[in-house]
Amino acid sequence: MRVLVIEDDQETAAFLKRALKESGHVAEHAADGQTGLELAKANAYDVLIVDRMLPKCDGLGVIKALRDDEIGTPALILSALGEVDDRVKGLRAGGDDYLTKPYAFSELLARIEALARRKLPEEGSTRFVVGDLVLDRLSHKVTRAGEAILLQPREFRLLEYLMKHAGQVVTRTMLLENVWDYHFDPQTNVIDVHISRLRSKIDKNFGNPLLHTVRGAGYTIRDSAH
Amino acid sequence: MTALTKLFRTTTFRLSLTYLALFSAAAVLAIFYIYWNTTVLLSRQLNQTIDAELTGLAEQYRAGGLDQIVRIVAERSQTPGNSLYLVADKDGKQLAGNLSAVSPQLWDSLGPVEFVYSRPAPGGIERRLAFANVFRLPGGYRLIVGRDIEDRRELARLIRTTMLWGLGVMALVGIGGGYWVSRRLLTRIDDLSATTRTIMAGDLTGRLPVSGSGDELDRLSQSLNLMLARIEQLMAGLREVSDNIAHDLKTPLNRLRNRVEEALREPYDEAAYRETLERTIEEADGLIKTFNALLSIARLEAGAGGDNREKLDLAALVHDVADLYEPVAEERGIALKAEAAAPIVIHGDRQLLGQAIANLIDNALKYGAPRSGSGNGWAPEVQVLATAEEGTARIVVTDRGPGVPALERDRVLDRFVRLEASRSEPGSGLGLSLVAAVARLHGGALRLEDNEPGLRVVLALPMEEGALVNEAVPQPSAGAELRPT
Repeated sequence: MRVLVIEDDQETAAFLKRALKESGHVAEHAADGQTGLELAKANAYDVLIVDRMLPKCDGLGVIKALRDDEIGTPALILSALGEVDDRVKGLRAGGDDYLTKPYAFSELLARIEALARRKLPEEGSTRFVVGDLVLDRLSHKVTRAGEAILLQPREFRLLEYLMKHAGQVVTRTMLLENVWDYHFDPQTNVIDVHISRLRSKIDKNFGNPLLHTVRGAGYTIRDSAH
Repeated sequence: MTALTKLFRTTTFRLSLTYLALFSAAAVLAIFYIYWNTTVLLSRQLNQTIDAELTGLAEQYRAGGLDQIVRIVAERSQTPGNSLYLVADKDGKQLAGNLSAVSPQLWDSLGPVEFVYSRPAPGGIERRLAFANVFRLPGGYRLIVGRDIEDRRELARLIRTTMLWGLGVMALVGIGGGYWVSRRLLTRIDDLSATTRTIMAGDLTGRLPVSGSGDELDRLSQSLNLMLARIEQLMAGLREVSDNIAHDLKTPLNRLRNRVEEALREPYDEAAYRETLERTIEEADGLIKTFNALLSIARLEAGAGGDNREKLDLAALVHDVADLYEPVAEERGIALKAEAAAPIVIHGDRQLLGQAIANLIDNALKYGAPRSGSGNGWAPEVQVLATAEEGTARIVVTDRGPGVPALERDRVLDRFVRLEASRSEPGSGLGLSLVAAVARLHGGALRLEDNEPGLRVVLALPMEEGALVNEAVPQPSAGAELRPT
């Protein structure tokens, strides 16, 4: 994955480049909005990481200018402003996701991988398959090894989101935001309990577990037998 | 600026001077008008009297000729009074009458005329004002009938003097009164300014003096004192927050630092290092959470945020959040029941209200289980109820835990306050403060009550946009309430 990091803090930028490289991605860096905009226009990136406050042209301005030029590269906004209002502003300007500083790198990585994934055609598909687990988005039916699994509506949406991002790490915050549409911290780790419930339905009576916990990051659904 | 110029610049003093000038002008006009009218009236009466007398004398003249006139005039001149007469021949020689030495102007004039004449007085001659009618008789004779009107001049003088004295006294009293009133007001204003300056210098306990007269200055002072009380309260809140931050953020920071330091002191051991670092990240995450919660509360209390208000169904939101916590409740062996039948449409921020409800449920699940061993005989149960009546939507969260003692109910809404009994549970002590702040931002109120046993938390929200919840203030024993002030 080719990532452009538009960030004025040299140390943060260096850290991101290094960490992205370690995760198997190619990262380029622009230190101000102007350069970032030019680079994003000239090259094809899979995802942009844009700091909200930048010299020369501010982060939201960069994204707006790109969208005006009909360049739809997914953009993740990094900001110290974490209130819902700021978030809404960021998304309205054309950003695809919003992450508040300070953040965990695992969170950032999971989010940009999910963003890059958006561009893939599976987005619109009606059937998700992981191993012998099948989720049909139209009939709302889930089967594992041909056996029907009964899920509550919320459990279905949780599994749907996980399977849409099969093979990727999905963080608890991402689940809370995308499955429940809550942008606040629920204090207790409620997501873990929901996951363990889901796991007991889709994995418990089957030999090969599909839903995995990624320590310090979140969850992922993948067929590890392959 | 000297004290006197300061005084002269006061509004009161200027007003006094303006009124003084206006009243003086009015008084002068009134007195002048009265004087003028009196004079006109007196002149007319005098004229008529003299005319009548002349008519009478003319008849005598026709009947008895000049001699008759001379005789009558001589006779009348003898009568004491202010009547003046003169009959003279064409050379000005006096034939009869009490007027002597007539000026040529008088002699040549005809009809009514005012003039000054002399008459003997004790100790010399006095000059007095007179009014007369000069009548020419055939043969160059003159008949002059007049009246002494020196009294009138006396009256004019008197009026003038009275007026001057009156104006003088008025000016004196006016300026003096203005000075006194201004001085009094200025003293009070100076007192207020002095107090204000001490308050500005940092003594927030200072209050403006109230004289007790209930006048406009008192009312102003009272309003300002209320404002000062509010400011003092806010400042105390701010100080408390900084103290709390010092304690609740510095303590974990210190713990974090100690841990890293300790790890560095130990000989290199990768596993130990890794564990230390992982715990450091955990601790940092906790700090970030606390910090975020504090910032949110501060923003909400400053009235910021909530720009994303929309029409939403509170009943659906309650079910939604309860649904999020349901597995957690089940895991803890607590029955979580949500009850909200009809849609309750209110105007609010979904995220903020969602977080408020989440915090209430989270609290109830954490602290609302009957303490093992205390055995109050109740099954662990948390109920979330949403109702709507008379324009107020209420979310009631009840549990069967140990509850909150009546005296502590106000305090637990403050930041970082955690009851001793709950110290063992994880949490920042900011949950209820945030709910209270969200309630206030929406014009609502948060109240804690006794669920007998357990805690009953009532979050009341106005259903109409921009309205305030008007909850009756409950008895101290029934609950404590935090409402917008």
